[in-house]
Amino acid sequence: MNTHDEHHGGHHELTFWEKYVFSVDHKVIGLQYLITSFIFLLIGFSLMMLMRWQLAFPGHPIPLIGGLLSSSLAPNGVMTGEFYNQLGAMHGTIMVFLGIVPLAVGAFGNYIMPLQIGAPDMAFPRLNMMSYWLYLPGGLMMLSSFIMPGGPAQSGWTSYAPLAIINPGQTVWLLSMVVIITSSLLGAINFLVTGLNMRAPGLSLDRLPIFVWAQLVTSVLLLLAFPPLEAAAVLQLADRVMGTSFYLPSGLIILGQPLKASGGGQPLLWQHLFWFLAHPEVYVLVLPPMGIVSEIIASGTRKPLHGYKTMVGSMISLGIMSFIVWAHHMFLSGMSPMLGNFFLVTTMIISVPSVAILTCMIFSLKGGSIRFTVPMMFALAFLPLFGIGGLTGLPLGLTTTDIYLHDTYYVIGHFHYVVVTGSIIALFAGTYYWFPKWYGRKMDETLGKIHFWGTVICMNGIFFPMFIQGMAGQNRRYFDPTAAHHNIPTQPLHIVSSVFAWLLFLFQLPFIYNFFKSMWHGEISEENPWQATTLEWACPSPPPHGNFAKTPRVYRGPYEYSLPGHKTDWFPQNEEAKA
Amino acid sequence: MNGNNYGWGLPVAASSYAHDIDFGIILIHVAMVAIFVLWGIFFTYLLLKYRRRDGVPAEREHEHGALKSLAPDIVVMVFEIGLIVFYAIPSWSKIKMNFPQPGEANQVDIIAEQFAWNIHYPGADGKFGRRDPKLVHFSNPIGLDRDDKDAQDDVVLANEIHMPLGKPTLIRLSSKDVIHSFFIPEFRIKQDAMPGMVIPVWVTPTAVGKYELSCAQLCGFAHSFMRADVIVDTPEDFDAWLKSHAPVKQEAPTKAAESW
Repeated sequence: MNTHDEHHGGHHELTFWEKYVFSVDHKVIGLQYLITSFIFLLIGFSLMMLMRWQLAFPGHPIPLIGGLLSSSLAPNGVMTGEFYNQLGAMHGTIMVFLGIVPLAVGAFGNYIMPLQIGAPDMAFPRLNMMSYWLYLPGGLMMLSSFIMPGGPAQSGWTSYAPLAIINPGQTVWLLSMVVIITSSLLGAINFLVTGLNMRAPGLSLDRLPIFVWAQLVTSVLLLLAFPPLEAAAVLQLADRVMGTSFYLPSGLIILGQPLKASGGGQPLLWQHLFWFLAHPEVYVLVLPPMGIVSEIIASGTRKPLHGYKTMVGSMISLGIMSFIVWAHHMFLSGMSPMLGNFFLVTTMIISVPSVAILTCMIFSLKGGSIRFTVPMMFALAFLPLFGIGGLTGLPLGLTTTDIYLHDTYYVIGHFHYVVVTGSIIALFAGTYYWFPKWYGRKMDETLGKIHFWGTVICMNGIFFPMFIQGMAGQNRRYFDPTAAHHNIPTQPLHIVSSVFAWLLFLFQLPFIYNFFKSMWHGEISEENPWQATTLEWACPSPPPHGNFAKTPRVYRGPYEYSLPGHKTDWFPQNEEAKA
Repeated sequence: MNGNNYGWGLPVAASSYAHDIDFGIILIHVAMVAIFVLWGIFFTYLLLKYRRRDGVPAEREHEHGALKSLAPDIVVMVFEIGLIVFYAIPSWSKIKMNFPQPGEANQVDIIAEQFAWNIHYPGADGKFGRRDPKLVHFSNPIGLDRDDKDAQDDVVLANEIHMPLGKPTLIRLSSKDVIHSFFIPEFRIKQDAMPGMVIPVWVTPTAVGKYELSCAQLCGFAHSFMRADVIVDTPEDFDAWLKSHAPVKQEAPTKAAESW
C-alpha cells in the first residue's frame, strides 16, 4: 500500500519504464499478462499446426518451412519422431502453463478482480509485478530450450518418469517450471489477500460477482496444488542431474545397457504428485472462464443470474472435490484396481456441481431479453461446447469404459472441448466484453462476428473427428498414426482436423487486427457500454491510477437487472437507492 | 491382413469381456446424445423465445424458483449411481481384479522395452525359466538364464503373441525401461507396463484371427512403431505351434535385433 500513498501524495511523473515495463499498477500488469499470454497461445498453436501436418501427411516434407528446419529435426523437411514429441510436449506445456492460466488468472483476474471489488490496486503491488517478471522469464526460458543442445522436452507435458529422466531436454523444462510455478504461487497469495481484504464497504461475500468467487477458488487451488508439483519437479531434477532415484526403480535396462542409478524409486510416485496438481489445474483452467461467462450472461440477458448461491456453492465444492479425483488419470497405471473404485466414485460426484453450474447458466437465459453482442455470442457458445467436453468425460471417468478409451484420441477430443471450446472461447468472450474497460474503445462488431463463426466452426472441425478416431482405438501421441493397422480407416479424419486447424489460424487474423486497430482507432466507448451493474463499470475507462476517485460504497448484490420500479433496467451495485 | 477388423466405430470384439465394455460405451453414448439433443432443443428454444425485442423487458423470476436447477442434477446422479453400482464396479472387478488360476490358463510373460514387445512362454513344463537383468544382452533381450532347467523348453519371441481360442491367457506384464501400455483394441484390454512392477492381465479370446497390440503410453521417439501381431489359434493349432518352437532357438532373440 505504500506505493499508493507515494503516488497519490507526490504525483511524480512516472518514467516510461515505471509506467509500462516495471509497473506496479494491476491494470498495466494485467495487460502485460494479456498480451504475453496471447502471444504464448499463438506460439503453442503454431507448434500444433506443424504437428497437424505430420499427422495428416506422415512422411511428407513439411511445405514452406520444412527446408528451413535443421536436418536433425526434419531431414529433407520430413519431421522426425523426436521433433514431433518435442512439439507435443511444448504444445501442452505452453498452452496450459504459459497460455490459458496466465490469461485467465494473470490477465483477467489481475485487471478485473480489483475493479469488481472496488479496490485501488492489488494488496501487494510489488509482489504482483514480481509474478509477471517471473512468468515472462520462465516462459522465455521454456522457449529457449528450442535452441539448447538436445532440444526441448520430449516426454509429454505430463513428463512421466522414467522416460522424462532418460530423455534429453527435460532439465530446462523442469527449471522453467519451477520459475513459472513460483510466479503462480505469488499471484495466488496476492489474489486471496486482495479478494478477501480489500472489498469496498458494503461488498459482503454474498454480493461478490461470480467472477470474483471464481478467482478466489482458483487461487486456493493454485496455492494448494502447485507446491507438490514444484517439489516433484525438484525431485525429478535431482534424478536427472544429481544421480538420485526418487522415480527410478532398480534394474532398469535402457536400450540394452543397465542404467547407472541406485534404483529403489517408484515411477508411480511422479504420476501421483503430477496429477495431484494437474487435476485441480483443470479447474484452474475452467473456473475463471465460467466466471467470465456468468458475468456476460447476466448483463446480456438483463436479468439476475439464476441460482447465485447454487453457483457459488458449486464452485467451492468443485474446488474441494478437485483434490480427491486425481487418480482417475491413473486407472490403468498399475495402481491398485481397488483404489480405482474410490476415484471412480469421487469422479462421478464431481460431475454434480459441474452440472449444477451449467444448469444455472442455461436457466439464467429463461425470461431474459437476450442481446446477441459478440461477447454474448461467445458466452452462449461456451454452454453447449463445454457441455460436450463435460459429457465426454463420463466414459473416461468410469473405470470400465476407460480401459478402452484411455490414452486414445477420445481423451484428446474430450479435454480440448473443455479447455479450447470451453476456456478459450470464454476468454475470447471476456476480451470482447472488457476491451472497452481496458482501452476506452470498443472492438469492431463485424470483425468480431467473423471471428466468432470461424472460430467456433473450426474448433469443432478439429476436435469432433477425434472422438471417432478414439472410438476406433487410435492411440494418442503417435507421430505416425499409419504405423498401426487399426488407425488406417480413420486416417482421412486427420486431414479434416488439420485443415480446420490451419483455417482456425486464418480466422484468428481478424481478431488480431481488430484488437490492435480498436486499441487506437476503435469507436469511443461510453463508460458503461454493456449497461452492467458490477463495480468495474463505476470508474472511468481506462481507469486512472488508483482506479476510483472515491472508494465506492456497495448497496446491493451484483446482478440487479430489470428491477421493477427502477428507472433503468440495470441498478449498479454502488448506486444509492432513493428513499 | 486384419484390415476388416477396423472401421470408424469400435473394432471387432474378440474377447470374453469385450461386450461388457462395449455395453457401457454404447449405453453412455446413447445417454449422452439424448441429454445433448434435449438440452440443445431447450437451449435453442430459449435463445429464440427470449431474444431481445423492443418493448419486452426481461422477466425477473421469483427467488423460490431456484430449486428446479437441481432437477437435472438429480437425474444425472441417479444415472451415475446406477452406472457405478450395477455396471462399473462389477465389470471392473471382473476384468481387473479376478484372475484365472495359473493352472487353468495359458501363461505368458510380456516384457516391454523401447520399442518392442518381448514374449516369454514357459513351454511344455509350464515353468518360466529364471530371468536376470545382468544376463540381458543383444542376443538375449529378456536376460533368460539358459542354464536354468526350467528354461530349457521356454519360448521367447519378439513382437508376436500367440493365444489359444476360448482359454484364458494370463499375462504377467513388465517393462525393462520406461512405461509402456499394452493395448489390443479387439480385446478391449489396456494396461500400463510399469518398470519395477509385474502387473497381471488376463484375456480369453473368442475368435480365431490376427489382431494388433500397440503401445498406448508415450515411450520415446519410436512410440508409434511399437506394435506386435496377436495371433489367436484353435487350441490344437496353438499347441502345435508351441511345440514347433520349443526348445528355444537362437533366431528368436535375433528377430528382435533385426526389427531395429
